[in-house]
Amino acid sequence: MTSEDRIRGLQKQIAGTDHARELAIDVLFAFQERDGYLTDDGLREAAQLLGVDPMELEEIATFYDFIYREPVGRFVIHVCDGLTCWMFGQESVTDYLCHRLEIAVGETTRDGLFTLLPTACIGHCDRAPAMLINGVAYGPLTPEKIDSILNNLRTAGSPADGETG
Amino acid sequence: MSELVLLKNSQPGETISFEEYRRDGGYEALARVLREWSPTELRQVIIDSGLCGRGGAGFPTGRKWDGIREDAPFPRYILANGDEMEPGTFKDRFLIQTNPHTVIEGIILAGYAVSAQKGIEFIRPSYETQARVMEQAVKEARQTGYLGKNILGSGFDFDIEVHRSGGRYICGEASAQVTAIQGMRPHPDKTFHMVQHGLWGQPTIVNNVETLAFVPHIVRKGAAWFKSLSQTTREGGTKLYCVSGKVRKPGCYEAPMGTPLSEIIESHAGGMLPGCTFKACLPGGASSGFMTKEHYDIPMDFDSLKAIGNRLGTGAVIIFDQQTCLVGATLNLIAYFARESCGFCTPCREGLPYLRDLLHRIEGGEGEESFIPMLEDMTRFMTHAYCAFARGAAAPVHALLNAFPDEIDAHISRKGCPCASTRSWPVGGIGESCRN
Repeated sequence: MTSEDRIRGLQKQIAGTDHARELAIDVLFAFQERDGYLTDDGLREAAQLLGVDPMELEEIATFYDFIYREPVGRFVIHVCDGLTCWMFGQESVTDYLCHRLEIAVGETTRDGLFTLLPTACIGHCDRAPAMLINGVAYGPLTPEKIDSILNNLRTAGSPADGETG
Repeated sequence: MSELVLLKNSQPGETISFEEYRRDGGYEALARVLREWSPTELRQVIIDSGLCGRGGAGFPTGRKWDGIREDAPFPRYILANGDEMEPGTFKDRFLIQTNPHTVIEGIILAGYAVSAQKGIEFIRPSYETQARVMEQAVKEARQTGYLGKNILGSGFDFDIEVHRSGGRYICGEASAQVTAIQGMRPHPDKTFHMVQHGLWGQPTIVNNVETLAFVPHIVRKGAAWFKSLSQTTREGGTKLYCVSGKVRKPGCYEAPMGTPLSEIIESHAGGMLPGCTFKACLPGGASSGFMTKEHYDIPMDFDSLKAIGNRLGTGAVIIFDQQTCLVGATLNLIAYFARESCGFCTPCREGLPYLRDLLHRIEGGEGEESFIPMLEDMTRFMTHAYCAFARGAAAPVHALLNAFPDEIDAHISRKGCPCASTRSWPVGGIGESCRN
């Protein structure tokens, strides 16, 4: 399903519900998917769709970890800095990713492929250290595994299946 | 091996299909209840079973359901809380991934018990894979007549929607979850009396995913059976314990409520990693206190942990070895809580960064003796926070001060972290041995 299809689907759902705001996060995610991040235009369109003021949506858009109000790369790497991952070398994971991608935390690679962000415990503590890329969890991470994940993403263009569980 | 209920046929990473679930007696409980039981009877069985909420509070589930008055208005809602952002906790992810239909059947039964019309599965964005598993399972249940209008010809209408969160710790708090679903900035609201004025001002029950998943099994096999699974007298059933940290086999394990900690570590999680000895653990996620070897054999249930001033919480057991720095671990937790604070109340918004900075300086070798009473005071001030989350955040700091004062002192007197652990990757990768 394309993001345009998703937006049309949400439009229909909104028309058929008494509680359109229940769909606010879904709408924000759909515009984020369409534009790569939640742009000002996307926010305005989302607000229009939901029948609220853009500021009402801004209030929640800026609150959540997985809604990006600034440009991000095609792949957003969320490195888990939860306690268990910390015990198993999360600082090394972060350092290694910064080194391989030649960016600092919070930055995007020049080719626009990768953004690196720290993230609250992602709930994959049994596979620490772990990270999440576009919704897919990876772990336990080693330098070799990180290299292979990054290479796959560069060539395949989408996160590998079968990593999560 | 004791009897398994929720994870009986579970394989990590695999999902029990609708057909497999049905073959093993799935949805029989729902059919029977709709045919033969009144909502009152169902609530009574759940009360008798001793099922206690598994999200952390341990409140008796049947009594929570009884909170909705017979004459309360409609529609009524069931929120299945799958936010699961408590660090160290991954049981709900595991459960939804492996056995989504038992969660769904539980939600429908809860709906019947309080005459609700709609269930909402609230799920965090890190669990997108599981959100899709859940959506697929909901679709199957709808297609086969277990969800929707006039379920199995009973006249009972009920449906479930999967609600994706944008990702923030506070959304796990029941009233904040309600405001989140309503598309507003989530923060706790104590004026909500959930059973009267919850979601959209209507009667609402918020239950943890694990709690709900037990309901069909209790219906099928009886309250007495469920009670007998437990090693405690009050709290029925088994419990999903998520074990992580310095053990050989980290994972989600089902064991009788009240299983000794030592058994969870040694029998289920395979014991400590080679070269590691047990120093402490957090028994119930990040909002519980460090527990020392003194309590190595403690029964892991709500009452036993409460009796020693700790919490079973989510049953997320995080194990530390002798080389892991507990000042560093506490700093990690407080940094998490400070970042995740919703910012609504001052103790949490201002107090947690204050604690974080003190711990950061101690860990970095800039600590002073005078910091200790400052830590003590601020930890105590967290009792003035608006919701329970800041009090939970204070728990590991409180425990560090009480159980490991020498470790704090050593940081201050040696002007730096005295622990051997560097936590950096050893040459040759991770996983073969103790990672220190």
